[in-house]
Amino acid sequence: MKEGYELIYKKPATLTERRFSYCPGCFHSTIHKFMMEIVEEMGIQDKTVGVCPVGCSVFAYHYLDIDMQEAAHGRAAAVATGIKRVLPDRIVFSYQGDGDLAAIGTAETLHACNRGENFTFIFINNGIYGMTGGQMAPTTLDGQITSTSPYGRNVDTAGMPLKMAEIISTFDKVAYVERVSCNTPANARKAKRAIRKAIEYQMEGLGTTFIEVASNCPSNWKLTPEESLKWLEDRVFPYYPLRVFKDIKKLKKEE
Amino acid sequence: MAEVKLMKGNEALAEAAIRAGMQAYFGYPITPQSEVIEYLAVQEPKHDYVLIQAESELAAVNMLYGSGGAGARVMTTTSSPGFTLMQEGVSYMACAEIPCVLVNVVRGGPGLGTIQPSQGDYFQAVKGGGHGDYHVIVLGPNSVQEMVDHIFLAFELADKYLTPVMLLADGATGQMMEKVMMPQPIEYKPDKPWATTGKTADRERNILTSLYIQPEDMEQRNLKLQAKYKKILANEIRYEEYMTEDAEFIIVAFGLSSRIVKNVVLQGRKDGLKLGLFRPITLWPYPWDKIGKLAAEDRVKFFMSVEMNAGQMVEDVRLAVCGKKPVHFFGRMGGIVPTPEETYLAIKEKMG
Repeated sequence: MKEGYELIYKKPATLTERRFSYCPGCFHSTIHKFMMEIVEEMGIQDKTVGVCPVGCSVFAYHYLDIDMQEAAHGRAAAVATGIKRVLPDRIVFSYQGDGDLAAIGTAETLHACNRGENFTFIFINNGIYGMTGGQMAPTTLDGQITSTSPYGRNVDTAGMPLKMAEIISTFDKVAYVERVSCNTPANARKAKRAIRKAIEYQMEGLGTTFIEVASNCPSNWKLTPEESLKWLEDRVFPYYPLRVFKDIKKLKKEE
Repeated sequence: MAEVKLMKGNEALAEAAIRAGMQAYFGYPITPQSEVIEYLAVQEPKHDYVLIQAESELAAVNMLYGSGGAGARVMTTTSSPGFTLMQEGVSYMACAEIPCVLVNVVRGGPGLGTIQPSQGDYFQAVKGGGHGDYHVIVLGPNSVQEMVDHIFLAFELADKYLTPVMLLADGATGQMMEKVMMPQPIEYKPDKPWATTGKTADRERNILTSLYIQPEDMEQRNLKLQAKYKKILANEIRYEEYMTEDAEFIIVAFGLSSRIVKNVVLQGRKDGLKLGLFRPITLWPYPWDKIGKLAAEDRVKFFMSVEMNAGQMVEDVRLAVCGKKPVHFFGRMGGIVPTPEETYLAIKEKMG
């Protein structure tokens, strides 16, 4: 430390030295950092096992300094189920995008939640297929232009964008569901709190915990990072509101 | 304690898995092997294995990936259409080097097919099945006893070579009851420092992946797998010979059809025909060299592969014989088990 300087910010030791491959402005980097800060703060590096999806975060294990398994596209929930069931005292999470969790892996997602598998979903919903170059996702908004909906998503033929947090919150054995974002510092802090709460609920064995991040994709939305934040506020949040959809502890209190 | 029991093949293999230290089972009901998960469900309270009836074979095989990768001794069982769905996970596990045991109690296909016994999945089992350059070790049990013995062997081989190991059984072997010597349970102590159990301060993080985006890295991964397969080829070939030492006509058969052929060989010998049975026990690695040596013997006049399919293993017999002798085929399809009489007739026809 240089004389006269004070350390006020550093990356958590649980992130590796490798540079993120994510595009500028993308929330993946922010969420990765929050997760590893939580792992460091809670001292659970030796107990945490993560599952990577297929999508932009397919290489998450390059950056997160924890044991990880790379799943086939859509199967992260089944892989996480397998890990958690044989290692019930470990903290297990699956980190998945919208194509992974809500299209090709919908069956695995819903059934893991219905069984109340005691792991945490981190669901990054940016409404588009990022890694394959901007195709329509199950969560692409009505009228949104992508490379496979060049005239805008036609909900008459493609159906409505799936509201996963809302769907997941209907399962009895799910403990906690919240949709968060990182578009402002305040929202980013809320996102971190939500992830930490999900991990704590998992450690208490309360059931499935599911954090949906209303995320962005400046590159494929063809917007600057700043414009992408405005798109989130103008277009995404009205359809995908940020809030807690289920909190088993609050439900119990109300009873 | 080891004990003699009268058991159905599917139930015997389930009991054997418990005794071999299985720690997790994931499956989806499908005829003719649903007795496995039913048996395990009944026995579950007495043991501490994990048992999940998954939402699909696709989910089951990926639960296998997760739990096998977390270091547990794991198994799934299914039948043909279910195994087709599992191919995704098998390819990933082969590449990520995750040990597991897979059982395919084969039924007639293609498509939804029938629920009767078949060997129509031979190609799928031994030639890869899923995408990419990989093999799994494939064992071909021909009795309820071997359903049991091969489960123990399969778990051992899976751990030894860090690979999926498969039993290619058939509907009849799964359904029939036979006397079986059930071995004593073993105490399984996993030693898997590569497993994803949580990164401790004394080691680097463990990553299980089949993704190597740089082609040079992917080729290195392939070379590693191929080196392992070479080792398996050198060390793990198993087969049984029955009256081949002086045989002029060698009938090659695996699994259930080998038992039919054994009867045919006995009948032929009674009639003065020098028949012999060659039974591959490992279907991959296949005993090509041994069959090749038999083909080089002057006394041997021809080979015939007898299968419950349209002629699949016969291609490996041809590879092994390599043009030295004629190679014939006889088979029935769609869930029909060939009778000894028609098999014998087919052999005699080729004798001319």
